[in-house]
Amino acid sequence: MDKQGNDNIDSHGPSSIKADCKTSTKRSCLPLDLGVCLCVWGIYYLCATGSRNSMADDKDVLRDVWFGRIPTCFILNQDEVTEREAEPYYLLLPRVSYLTLVTDKVKKHFHKVVRTDDVEEMWLEYEGTPLKWHYPIGVLFDLHASNTVLPWSITVHFKNFPDRDLLHCPSNSVIEAHFMSSLKEADALKHKSQVVNDMQKKDHKQLWMGLQNDKFDQFWAMNRKLMEYPTEEGGFRYIPFRIYQTMSDRPFIQKLFRPVSPEGNMHTLGDLLKEMCPAALPHDGEQKRYQVVIHGIEPLLETPLQWLSEHLSHPDNFLHICVTPVPSD
Amino acid sequence: MSDNAESPIETQKDESQPLSDDATTNDDKKKIDVLLKAVGDTPIMKTKKWAVDRGRTVQSLSQFISRFLKLDSSEQLFIYVNQSFAPSPDQEVGVLFDSFGSDGKLVLYYCKSQAWG
Repeated sequence: MDKQGNDNIDSHGPSSIKADCKTSTKRSCLPLDLGVCLCVWGIYYLCATGSRNSMADDKDVLRDVWFGRIPTCFILNQDEVTEREAEPYYLLLPRVSYLTLVTDKVKKHFHKVVRTDDVEEMWLEYEGTPLKWHYPIGVLFDLHASNTVLPWSITVHFKNFPDRDLLHCPSNSVIEAHFMSSLKEADALKHKSQVVNDMQKKDHKQLWMGLQNDKFDQFWAMNRKLMEYPTEEGGFRYIPFRIYQTMSDRPFIQKLFRPVSPEGNMHTLGDLLKEMCPAALPHDGEQKRYQVVIHGIEPLLETPLQWLSEHLSHPDNFLHICVTPVPSD
Repeated sequence: MSDNAESPIETQKDESQPLSDDATTNDDKKKIDVLLKAVGDTPIMKTKKWAVDRGRTVQSLSQFISRFLKLDSSEQLFIYVNQSFAPSPDQEVGVLFDSFGSDGKLVLYYCKSQAWG
């Protein structure tokens, strides 16, 4: 909530982004800062109507997505043997980063109290689910914890690493390799790898360093090249997306999907879901069963997919979409 | 990760080797053809084309190749798609096939050292 009070999104006119906040606790609707909404309330509508939004508004969206934070409380697993009582540790986690990239302080904090001969690779868990460090933090939250009371309570482990569920992460270079591979995969879909291959080694480094050091301008100065496309084509070759479902044991859905239909119409988020995950869409006369969440918000299903890909993708250039059951209460 | 990398039962099929224990039914929907190509000085596999379960992970496939080539357990193996990116070890080959397969097969490159970033 580092940005409260800044960058309020204009909600006037059809060509601007309409921010209408509906809180999960059914409080009154206020046009809150996007970053705050992203991390705090979860349920929120982003509407991109009209053909193109003005550049200024779009830049704000990129910034707000980048600076989205989740207040988190880290608690040591009860079974760990400690020299003295382990105090919880609090952090604002960046949604677009990776757990193992931003939890050095957590590790140091608990290392102080855990018996050193018991310390193995740290891993994190939420309500029995081991958290995959190679998924963006925001995706883990939206998928597993979107209806939790904040702060998000994550349990810290130093023993019994769950090899079946998690990849090992011995160093930041492993995160870097994973991040760059995802980004290259995304560009293979968007531009047949042409843009990422035309970059130099130092350009790749700039993207990684921008993410690692939370430098928005450094990252986007390079990332904007990955967001370009020939005007006459109306979008990327294919949209790099992944659809995660809590009710599925499959990791995610990822297939080829074009931003523009053969007839020349812009495909929307609804079009994508209809083809990839029809169960996620509300059926006529039925109560809504699932919510479709990106960065903690529910974008309108009419939002063009190309616009979402350019503005709500994670730094790895994938549009990560979470489909979760509507909370029953 | 969840998949085991048991040595497959070698049952000669038309042209693709089934890469799993239950080689009796080669269900088209559940299996995809994977073409494995060696890079650099990495040993080649005599059988290049394999029928692989869609749900099999990259890690499990990589363990299978390592075992097939009798690589030392200390030797790493890198897998690449499109000669451009290394898929995540928990990525399912079926998902890669859907996005990067061509002519009904997925071409994967394997290498003992890092080849493409």
